[in-house]
Parts: sequence; C-alpha cells; structure tokens
Amino acid sequence: MKEIIAIIMTAVLVNNYVLSQFLGICPFLGVSKKLDQATGMSIAVIFVMVLSTAVTYPIQFFILNPNGLGYLQTIVFILVIAALVQLVEIILKKYIPSLHAALGVYLPLITTNCAVLGVCISNVDSYLLEGAAFGTSFVHALFNSFGSGVGFFLAMVLFAGVRTRVERCNCPACFKGMPITLISASILSVSFMGFAGLVENLLG
Amino acid sequence: MKALRTLTNGIIRENPILVLVLGTCPFLAVTTQASNAIGMGAAVTFVLLCSNILISILRKVISEKVRIPCFIVVIASFVTLVQMIVQAFLPDLNDALGLYLPLIVVNCIILGRAEMFASKNGVFLSALDAIGMGVGYTLAMLVMASIREILGSGTWFGMPLPVLSDNNISIMVMAPGGFAIFGVLIAIVNKATKGKAPRKKDFGCAGCPSAAVCGGGLACAGADGKEAAGK
Repeated sequence: MKEIIAIIMTAVLVNNYVLSQFLGICPFLGVSKKLDQATGMSIAVIFVMVLSTAVTYPIQFFILNPNGLGYLQTIVFILVIAALVQLVEIILKKYIPSLHAALGVYLPLITTNCAVLGVCISNVDSYLLEGAAFGTSFVHALFNSFGSGVGFFLAMVLFAGVRTRVERCNCPACFKGMPITLISASILSVSFMGFAGLVENLLG
Repeated sequence: MKALRTLTNGIIRENPILVLVLGTCPFLAVTTQASNAIGMGAAVTFVLLCSNILISILRKVISEKVRIPCFIVVIASFVTLVQMIVQAFLPDLNDALGLYLPLIVVNCIILGRAEMFASKNGVFLSALDAIGMGVGYTLAMLVMASIREILGSGTWFGMPLPVLSDNNISIMVMAPGGFAIFGVLIAIVNKATKGKAPRKKDFGCAGCPSAAVCGGGLACAGADGKEAAGK
C-alpha cells in the first residue's frame, strides 16, 4: 500500500510528466487554452495511459521478452497503442455515445502523444526487471500510469487557469502567444520543483 | 532553384522548432548538453531522411486510407534501427538520451513531413527537404543546448569555460530553464521576422497531436503571436 502511494505521489508531483519530464508538451501547449478542453483531453489521456499499459506490459512480459524480441518494442508498442485507441473509439461510439461525445475528439490525437508511448516504455524500463514477478510489477506499472495521467491532468488544469489570465495581460508584442506561454510554464515548473524530496521525507 | 529553396526552407524560413514549434518534447528534454543536442539532432535527421525517402518511393503504393499507419510503421522501423546503432556504438549517448530515443517515433516533425511533403513529392526533393528540416532542427537544438550548458553548467561540449564554470546558474539545466529559454528564443525569432514567418496552418497540422482540437493556428502561436492573441 505504502509503495503504491509512493508511486502515485512520485508520478503526480515529483516527476510530473509535463513539467519535469517534458513529455506531452504539444497537447500541454496546444490544448490548455480553455479549461473544458484541458479537462477533456487530460481525462482521455489518463484513460488511454492506463489502458495501453494494461495491454503493452503483458505483451512485453509474455511475448517479447521470452522470445528475445525486445528490440521490437518501439514498433509493437506504437502499433498496439494506435490500434487500441481506434478500438476504444469505435466501442465508445457504439455503446456509450455520451462519453464518446465528451472524449471522442481527443482520442485520435492521443495516438501520437509522446506521453502515452513514454509511460509504456518507462514502465517496462523501471518495473520489468530481471526476475520480477508479473503480478506485483504489473500492479505497480498500472498505478504509475494512472499517477502519470493524473499528473498530466493537474498540470493541464493548473496551466489552463494561468493561461486565461496571461492572455489578457499586456506583454511586449514579440512575446505574445507562444513565448509568454512558455515563460509561464517555466514558472509553473519552478513551483513543481518544490516537491522534490517530498516522497522520501513523507514515506521514506 | 526549387531544390535549393526546398533545402534552405527547413533551416531558416520554416525552422521546425523555432518557427513551427514542432517536436518540442525532446527539444526541451535533451538540450542540457551541446553534445546530446548534436546526437539527438543527428538521430532525428537520419530517421527523417530515411523515412522521407522510403515514403516518397512508396507514395503511389500506399493507399490514402491507411497512409498514417503505414507512415508510422516506416518511421518506427528506422527509429528501431537508430536505437540499435546507438546502443551498440554510442552507449554514453544512449544513456543520455534514454527514453527520448524511442520517442522519436512520435516526433511531430517526422510524421508531419511524411504527410505534407514526402507523400506528395519525388524522392530527390523529399531527401533535400528532410536534410533541410533535420539540419534546421539540429541547429536550433545546438543553439538552445549551448545557451543552457554555458549558463547552467559553465561548460561547452564538456569543456569548462573560465569564470562561468565557477558561477553557474543551475536552474538553466533543469526543467524551468528549458521552458524559459525556449520562450525567449521564440520571442527573438518573432522580433526578427516581425511576425511574418509562415503559420503552422500553411505547413500542415496533420502531424501535430493537437490538430483536431486546435483547428489550425489556434494554439500554435509560435509564428503569429499577434493573431493568436487577437482571437
């Protein structure tokens, strides 16, 4: 239990995917303009991250590694994620139209989101160690994905708030748009640096 | 003439990073050292060149409906190749780039160029386009990494510099410094081009993961701050 809390807190606050790992910057800068869009996108990201870990981790564990095919990881993962996202979209469209209406537009663009592929690969790198039992490591990987997704959500929602204020500010013309957005992101990132050492001191 | 313009397009006028703001994740992440920037830039250029050439050759074979999955398979194969080469011959670079090496596969620049250029043009022009874009990306990375390394660690390509190595601003090599310097660099480009740089919409949003939501030009204000701010 303690381990799982530590994994989630590390993923959400200390190693925040957007603000300290630089993964998923494109949607972070692109979709964070409005709060409702930011929320929809982030929920879709959490969902796809957990789901794709649930599929890719067993593939690596039971298919690629025992057969010495570890080098196919990149190709297999990206194709599995792309197919999975398509499948989820079709299922949602057919059976849960309301959820599809809310998340549908965000699903296709998640395929090329580096945070999703990133979390799958980093789960394999950090939890699938020599001689690790499948059960425990799989649960840890799932919680790490969930935490990373929540971290993305937190960064997006916080930043959407900051951005609506920044848009109205009067800054030098050459800084308008992307540059001032990046500088605001930098300040938000400084605030997340304050969480360094949190997990060790709290749960260590 | 057209060939020359295709080649130089990516380096200055449509610089993938500073003008089009594509492929930002590895750009921010690995630019803590100038040598990493060169390594990453070379890897991206290689993948871009190979995938542009192959996609250009196959452009009449690939059916319109399944083109994106086909492009992704081609790109992923070359990324795997690069991963193997780097792991075998440059283990230090492999450690430094880590996760960002396999993530070249989802780099918007490569898919974007496949979609916008290689699938419509001949092999020769596609190769030139790839070289131009790749060199533009590498140069932008080198500039960014040099600033961050010189200010943050007081070294350049690992060589310690006088005065600066004793007075380094370590936040520059951390995450916030990356965002801030990137912002300032784009502001300088905006100032220099007076907002006349091409919009991302002209370049094509197809390769961008936020395309469907941003609807072209809404979010990617890298090139036209004024218009985005006016909306």
